[in-house]
Amino acid sequence: MNDITEADLHAYADGQLEEARRLQVEARLANDAEATESVRIWREQNEALRALYNPVLNEPMPQRLVAAGTPRRRWPYYALAAGALGLSFGLGWMARAHRADGSVEIAAFPHRAAVAYAVYAPEVRHPVEVGADHQDQLVKWLSKRLGHELKVPILTQQGFELVGGRLLPGSTGPVAQFMYQNAKGKRITLYVSRRQVGPRDTAFRFSQEDNISVFYWIDGTLGYALSAEMPRSRLLAVATAVYKQLSP
Amino acid sequence: MDSTEIAAHIPRLRRYARALAGDSDRADDLVQDTLERALAKFHLWRRGSDMRAWMFAIMHNVFINQLKQRRELALDEAAEARLEGAPRSDSLELRDLDAALKRLPAEQREVLLLVGLEQLSYSEAGQALNVPVGTVMSRLSRGRERLRVLMSGAAPATNLKLVK
Repeated sequence: MNDITEADLHAYADGQLEEARRLQVEARLANDAEATESVRIWREQNEALRALYNPVLNEPMPQRLVAAGTPRRRWPYYALAAGALGLSFGLGWMARAHRADGSVEIAAFPHRAAVAYAVYAPEVRHPVEVGADHQDQLVKWLSKRLGHELKVPILTQQGFELVGGRLLPGSTGPVAQFMYQNAKGKRITLYVSRRQVGPRDTAFRFSQEDNISVFYWIDGTLGYALSAEMPRSRLLAVATAVYKQLSP
Repeated sequence: MDSTEIAAHIPRLRRYARALAGDSDRADDLVQDTLERALAKFHLWRRGSDMRAWMFAIMHNVFINQLKQRRELALDEAAEARLEGAPRSDSLELRDLDAALKRLPAEQREVLLLVGLEQLSYSEAGQALNVPVGTVMSRLSRGRERLRVLMSGAAPATNLKLVK
């Protein structure tokens, strides 16, 4: 029975052999202490791995994973938002297309921020993935995903409190979205993207996407867009406060 | 079966990712990227084929990409590791296993986990990693041997005492 290979021994330890072959291996093991010991160690390794990691199966599921794995909730909202803004799906945000052209990128930026606002600001149950009660974790996580340290502006003076944040797919990588809300339930989002191409800095700019106002600017490696469904003049005060805190 | 089926795999993807990536934040990032990709590429999944192996294949690709990126961030990570050095409450042996796993080359760790933890067949593991079964077997063999040596690495002190 010299035709028993090491691969057979592994397959035996893992329970992956056909019955006939399994019996042949067993016969060999009866006379081979070394092989028997190997099989014992491998099985022990398998059991130890399961003992160590099986508890993960019962851990509470983070909301961000549920959202990432659930198609139904995502698409209708995207569609809705796109519809509300009168957009076509071909603009790159849905398709997550990669663009090399910096000028397109800059023009598309406030647009994507507005779409993201339209998608998540109306959300009642899950406007954010991680709530403001875990602000430290939130900032750490999003900073890690964007590969850049992020700051969260404080807008209390403007009447807005942080609700939380989420990670979104951008055209050139992950994007962070922070959401704020005032006492009346009015929401503002700050959309932060890592600059891939285009100019290094821009001045404060304004864009209107239907009834959503967007102030945006690029500061070094990060692009910021502040969006809300409110008139330009009202958003300006908040945007100025954000700009001063983030790009002093 | 449709794309809603994907969510059902999350717990097991998390288990595998935790063992593969080490810390839980990074593991969940890996799962999240995998899920997003799986949904985006769902039309590419062959109906009737094993969805789990398909999702492990996606996770493999994401993991490899993250490893490449991480090499560039290695300096940051080292600093971070020093901050996160607090001991965990697992038993000593299990902690040793966790530490030993991290010292295996990623390609051996993947095979060991897909086979030993996730109980994929060798051919499913090969499918997930996009390598022939022969490669699965050689990585499995080397990984198991290396793990054995690493796990017994704590023992020599005892042996020395016996000699004395």
